[in-house]
Amino acid sequence: MADQPTETNFDVIVVGGGPGGYVTAIRAAQLGMKAACVEREHLGGICLNWGCIPTKALLRTSEVYHLMERADEFGLKVEGVSFDMEKIVKRSRRVARRLSGGVAHLLKKNKVAVFDGHGKLAGKGKLEVSAGGRKIAGLTAEHIILATGARARTLPGLEPDGELIWTYKEAMVPEEMPKSLLVVGSGAIGIEFASFYKTLGAEVTVVEVLPRILPVEDEEISDFAEKAFNAQGMNIMTSATVKALKKGKDNVTATIEADGKSRDITVDRVILAVGIVGNVEDIGLEGTKVKVEKSHIAVDEWSATDEPGIYAIGDVTGPPWLAHKASHEGIICVEKIAGANDVHPLDTSRIPGCTYCTPQVASVGLTEAAAREQGREIKVGRFPFQGNGKAIALGEPDGLVKTVFDAGTGELLGAHMVGAEVTELIQGYGIAKTLETTEAELMHSVFPHPTLSEMMHEAVLDAYGRVIHF
Amino acid sequence: MTIQILMPALSPTMTEGSIAKWHKKEGDEVVSGDLLAEIETDKATMELEAVDDGVLGKIIAAEGSENIAVNTPIAVMLEEGEDASAAEAAASAAPAPAPAAPPEPTPMPEAAPAPQPAPATPKSNGVRVFASPLAKRIAADAGIDIGAISGSGPHGRVVKRDVDAAIAGGVAAPAAAPSAAPPAPTQLPVVAGGYTEVPHSNMRKTIARRLQESKQTVPHFYVTMECEIDKLLAMRKDLNARAEATGEDYKISVNDFIIRAAAFAMKKVPDVNASWTDEAMLLYNDIDISVAVAIDGGLITPIVRNADQKGLAVISNEMKDLAARAREGKLLPDEFQGGGFTISNLGMYGVKEFAAIINPPQSCILAVGAGEQRPVVRDGALTTATMMSVTLSTDHRVVDGALGAEWLQAFKVLIEDPLAMLL
Repeated sequence: MADQPTETNFDVIVVGGGPGGYVTAIRAAQLGMKAACVEREHLGGICLNWGCIPTKALLRTSEVYHLMERADEFGLKVEGVSFDMEKIVKRSRRVARRLSGGVAHLLKKNKVAVFDGHGKLAGKGKLEVSAGGRKIAGLTAEHIILATGARARTLPGLEPDGELIWTYKEAMVPEEMPKSLLVVGSGAIGIEFASFYKTLGAEVTVVEVLPRILPVEDEEISDFAEKAFNAQGMNIMTSATVKALKKGKDNVTATIEADGKSRDITVDRVILAVGIVGNVEDIGLEGTKVKVEKSHIAVDEWSATDEPGIYAIGDVTGPPWLAHKASHEGIICVEKIAGANDVHPLDTSRIPGCTYCTPQVASVGLTEAAAREQGREIKVGRFPFQGNGKAIALGEPDGLVKTVFDAGTGELLGAHMVGAEVTELIQGYGIAKTLETTEAELMHSVFPHPTLSEMMHEAVLDAYGRVIHF
Repeated sequence: MTIQILMPALSPTMTEGSIAKWHKKEGDEVVSGDLLAEIETDKATMELEAVDDGVLGKIIAAEGSENIAVNTPIAVMLEEGEDASAAEAAASAAPAPAPAAPPEPTPMPEAAPAPQPAPATPKSNGVRVFASPLAKRIAADAGIDIGAISGSGPHGRVVKRDVDAAIAGGVAAPAAAPSAAPPAPTQLPVVAGGYTEVPHSNMRKTIARRLQESKQTVPHFYVTMECEIDKLLAMRKDLNARAEATGEDYKISVNDFIIRAAAFAMKKVPDVNASWTDEAMLLYNDIDISVAVAIDGGLITPIVRNADQKGLAVISNEMKDLAARAREGKLLPDEFQGGGFTISNLGMYGVKEFAAIINPPQSCILAVGAGEQRPVVRDGALTTATMMSVTLSTDHRVVDGALGAEWLQAFKVLIEDPLAMLL
């Protein structure tokens, strides 16, 4: 245990050192508040240690592997392509460790006091920090922000055991490559692991209870991705439920129900990715006015709970469960506390979402269906990767960029993409939304040639019947 | 070659105009310099003169056409040898004079408009309005002047939620002052006897917008003082008698004294000759005094420039000329735009005292009441004197109470002892 800070009285204490918590603490310090951050495990939280970042390291490996398998297509001679799982995992862990160290440095630089321990509310304005079951500090602050995050949800009969039935955590550090894999749930987490293991050669089955995979995405994008996964040989079952998991010696037999029929499949490993639940236990909420609804803390638009002086941000407050949403909420929360100018509640229609499977999926704003449900007159534009020179040159001709505009005002309501590198493109539309551009400014913008971003331009032009290259 | 005559920009703030009168008919010969038409702007009626010789071939914007955007064709001139068909062709090629803004706010865009970028023509005193493209588009569709909306975005930028709030509020009212109650939608009166609807003139709209903006955004503060003007009246009588005797052409009014005294007081207390901006205080070099003149359908404030450097006779004659031309609607823009201080005098109506609304971006306006015999106590004894009450309204962001009082004190000294104005 590192030395704990000696100071015990703060303006703001943030409980949790994930992407929500540590960013909040830094922003509070920037605003001149005396800030502390309490973290029980790793600075950087799940995102940095067991989520976003290490999975990106894994997916980079599978991407390079995939390209090497396609070497001949690019005129390269590569023989005997294989991999070393231990090294793949080691690289992923090294990336996470390096960034976690970076967070510690950032907090220190901003003079945020970091307590290594478990934080628990202990009466008005009080927080108790314990480590190894022993109280190590009693802190006080006018404002306490809960950023305790979330963990994998488990369903009755579908409990992970860490050996044969995994959550994201075990899936990230496999000792060897399973020959066959069942992924339960096709949200971002499930699909990313499915894609990683599929690319490295496992036989992958994905079971989704809803009628389509990536259910929060635009339907057209989900369909496009599903076709791409099918073409890769992934077995996708939608409108299907896993009824039971029966563990064998080194395999699991799953009972899957679909179309009223039940069938069993046997796989080496199972990954459960059926959503997450908030970490609301053992943080001292009992006896406070803080409300917990469906495992998440209820907050207002400024992240305030019903208990004065207690706030909550990020995954523990509910979806979308995204690191960048948590960071942004935390910044707004402390800026509001500090009485800063020009603070507005987070507009969820401006939060982009990215999934790093192959092909990648990225989106911001309303789907076409959601826009129609709001009773809006809309204009929809589409542009396929096959009409883009850079995509063809990259050898990535499969993908789609789609835009949704309000027909009356020209407001960009949403943008949806599937294909190579779209996770790096989506922020262009994100800026457009935040600046409240209409189709006119997007049409007037000059997009560099040759880039994938040209498709963003064309998808806008297409919504107004002016597409050039398709 | 036909020549298109466009709606001219007769002042820096003019974005639209109305055709008050055509002085030439179609087919009339026109010589450069001829009076073609009278254009009514938000402030005044101005003359449009021909710049070329020729024949007025076609009038596109008929007499009485309102809200024609600047640079929209309003007529076609034919050069020598051209016949009327050329004018017809040119006129039909020109877009119909479109109103710069819909005359009535339309609550919702009914159909999907063609995807043309909205011409962003923020009005509001010609100052650039920072607004998101989407906010501009929605405001234009709803017929709202985006300059009248307070922005809640970064650096006061007007964003969609501000325009939505303005539309929901029923009128385009500033949403800045949180203490102010949300503006009630304009209610139509319910009266048994019915009513006559008089459309707003451009002047009425400008007065309404500017004074509403002033009272809602400028923190007004008032200081009142009583001035004894017997000496001033005696001196005025003296000076005017002198003019009669010598045949000089002037007749000085009490108001002329007030203009001169105000100018001198500003010289003594120059900090009131200033404007507030968010970034800095603007202190004016010149002492320019605006004087409110009531005219048909409203009022206008012609300016006596460098009033501190002008004698009473000059001020008096200048003011007479400005007031006469103001009433005829013939002031030039630079004769009523600008000014650092305003005087509003209702004394001739017998008004004892009142408080006036500041004329932004100025920070002071002096409201002058009637001079009348009032009982006063002098050296412990009751007597009478001719007293005049004046009330200074100040923008408290610029002029604090003590500063306003200091100015008023300087003014009072000059008014009560007008000989001091000679110094």
